[in-house]
Amino acid sequence: MEDNHIITLDHISKSFGDSLIVDDISLFIKKGEFVTFLGPSGCGKTTTLRMISGFEMPSKGRVLLNGKDVTNLPPYKRPINTVFQRYALFPHLDVYDNVAFGLKLKKVPVVIKKRNGKEVTKMKHLPAKVIDQKVARALKIVDLEDLEDRSIDTLSGGQQQRVAIARAIVNEPEILLLDEPLGALDLKMRKEMQLELKEMHKKLGITFIYVTHDQEEALTMSDTIVVMKSGVVQQIGTPTQIYNEPQNAFVADFIGESNIYSANMVDKRKVRFLNWTWDCVDDFEINENVDVVVRPEDVILMGPRTTNLIGTIKSKIFKGVHYEYTVIVGKSELQARDTRDLKVDSHVSIKIDPQNIQIMKKQYNINAFYDAYITKDNKVAMTDDEFECDLTQLLPGSKIDDDGYLVKNGVRYNLTDAPVAVEIEIKAIALSDDISASEVHGVIINSIWKGDYYQVLVRSSSEEDYIIDTQDSWNINDIVSIIVKKDDIKLRLKGDISKYEEDA
Amino acid sequence: MVKKIFANIYIYLILFLMYLPILLLIVFSFTDSTNVGVWKGFSFDLFPRLFHNQEIMVALGNTIIIALISSIVSVLLGTTGAIGVFYSKKRNKRVVEAVTQIPVVNAEIVMALSLTVLFVFLGSMIFKTSLFSFHTLLIGHVCLSLPFVYLSVKPKLQQMDPNLYEAAMDLGCTPRRALVKVVIPQIIPGIISGFLLSMTLSLDDFIVTAFLRGPGLLSGDKAIETLSTLVQAKIKKGPIPPELRALTTILFLIVLTVVVIVAVYRNHFAKTFGTKKNLRRLRNVR
Repeated sequence: MEDNHIITLDHISKSFGDSLIVDDISLFIKKGEFVTFLGPSGCGKTTTLRMISGFEMPSKGRVLLNGKDVTNLPPYKRPINTVFQRYALFPHLDVYDNVAFGLKLKKVPVVIKKRNGKEVTKMKHLPAKVIDQKVARALKIVDLEDLEDRSIDTLSGGQQQRVAIARAIVNEPEILLLDEPLGALDLKMRKEMQLELKEMHKKLGITFIYVTHDQEEALTMSDTIVVMKSGVVQQIGTPTQIYNEPQNAFVADFIGESNIYSANMVDKRKVRFLNWTWDCVDDFEINENVDVVVRPEDVILMGPRTTNLIGTIKSKIFKGVHYEYTVIVGKSELQARDTRDLKVDSHVSIKIDPQNIQIMKKQYNINAFYDAYITKDNKVAMTDDEFECDLTQLLPGSKIDDDGYLVKNGVRYNLTDAPVAVEIEIKAIALSDDISASEVHGVIINSIWKGDYYQVLVRSSSEEDYIIDTQDSWNINDIVSIIVKKDDIKLRLKGDISKYEEDA
Repeated sequence: MVKKIFANIYIYLILFLMYLPILLLIVFSFTDSTNVGVWKGFSFDLFPRLFHNQEIMVALGNTIIIALISSIVSVLLGTTGAIGVFYSKKRNKRVVEAVTQIPVVNAEIVMALSLTVLFVFLGSMIFKTSLFSFHTLLIGHVCLSLPFVYLSVKPKLQQMDPNLYEAAMDLGCTPRRALVKVVIPQIIPGIISGFLLSMTLSLDDFIVTAFLRGPGLLSGDKAIETLSTLVQAKIKKGPIPPELRALTTILFLIVLTVVVIVAVYRNHFAKTFGTKKNLRRLRNVR
């Protein structure tokens, strides 16, 4: 145990009923750090935060604060304060009383001299004058000096946010927890508050633990980012590490724009994807199947015939400083960025520097596809592999109307071409040698006996790889139908569903 | 324009018809004739006579005591119950929710009769004596108003930001302290309206009172007489004592003042913070 570990999570798990929300997390947080828990909704980040603050007890494991076990310590005894998602200010109190709330409860030891000369220590409330000074200082830090007499409901969202922060920092906690505190603010306000929070962190010198699903926010503010998915930590690192060296395809996809491909190590430091063999710097075993990530800004587009890998520009979007291009290479798509204005349908040569090809260990526990989209028939397509899927899972409480639109509370969503990430359990895919059993076909490219089942790798006609656990034995090069039941396809929409609202 | 005039006339007509009986009663409390309808000239006589009428004063005293005590008990039980249910598991919540709906729609006579049967049963089987007393009456009135307190506190809890309780604990409150300092202030309007509802329910209750009363309170060894039971007893024998007209006028005026005060208080609530603000300012000048 090192001295500067203010929080240590020791194999903590949390389940509600049958669902496991946090699955065996172990990590430590250094004193004075700005740490962000980042992940999509339902990944367990808020639950983890609540176990640190004491509102939830872990089902398993321990929480250590400065090396001491605080697993069963109630929240009011922890030197930790929280800024809540929707502020949770006390509406019956004005700004001053909200901020002073914690101070008025606090008791400090005071030495009193008795008449007989003996000194006794008594626990006393802070004097009103001290509270006044502390409140004034806290309000100054959040730039709200003149508003102490205002009642809460007369404040704007941004001002309420600041009161919530003042109310927490006035108690001089060792750790400040922030649970998506900027979620309710508009974009401009959010950017401002991000910088201010960062500034505040520097000034106060205390540990900040921040929870968000916004990757940009995490990258801007944090010293350390903890990326989570389904209750499991995916990667812990600095923003640069997380962005440049994602440890798996999920992290690469979640942080920033990226091109992710299934690839194969064909030689020492040579990897094959996009039907091309690339030099790379990562050393993996020869013949290992891997995932590869290339950031769009690392794709270099050049005049045709500069290299032998040629692509066709399918579309472009002007983004201010640069253009975003979608380039078709063989059967795959490649996202690229360039400041030059290139013509749609023109041919370009593609180059990627070896150090910009990030190779990741393939995850054999799940089939994940990060560049899937919804077709106009409400199917989900991985390149050209189309499967029936249940779109209502993207919006709880919604249903599909007769015209094939997703509807909820009278609002209609048109999800045609919406980009999604798809996950399919490896046990959920069935293979069949009956070619008419499915529209998606593939070739068995690998089959490994795992003791009591085979792990089979199938490459579909549109060059997507599927991993399947099966009892059946298949021969390499067999042609099979790939069958997935509708309910086994888990979808995650990229971006907010409100983008797809449509007037009925 | 014509439409508007008609609309106004309609509203005032309805209001007039609604308040006509009360107006009539108030007018006739200022004359001392025994029968309503005979005007014997203006007089305040009924008011001093009212305060000298021992029977009415005892009944009034009983009524107020029962209303106050039963309302306080209902508010305590109903509020703690609502808070408990609000923070308990979903399934328990649904059960309690359903159970509390029943007494609200249930006929009062059913509850009165079933409580009577219960007390008779307990009295003859276990205690071997008549149980009917102030206590049975109190239990009856609490049963009557408890669900109303619960139902007026519950929406206030639902409107409350669910994180408030946690925020209070986060800032150093023990669970009980958080309840007193944060949750109660949020639901106090619900508690007050629950209390007022209980008071009105109890004040003019007849059925439960008639079934469950026994000797006690100001009535001494005789069965407890409340205003409603007294009026009923008097009607049976002959004309209503004219003093009761004066009493109803007083009651009406008291209720009117309460309503006006509540309305004024609500409108000026925001402005009453001034005093505390000034205190703080003084402290900082020093």
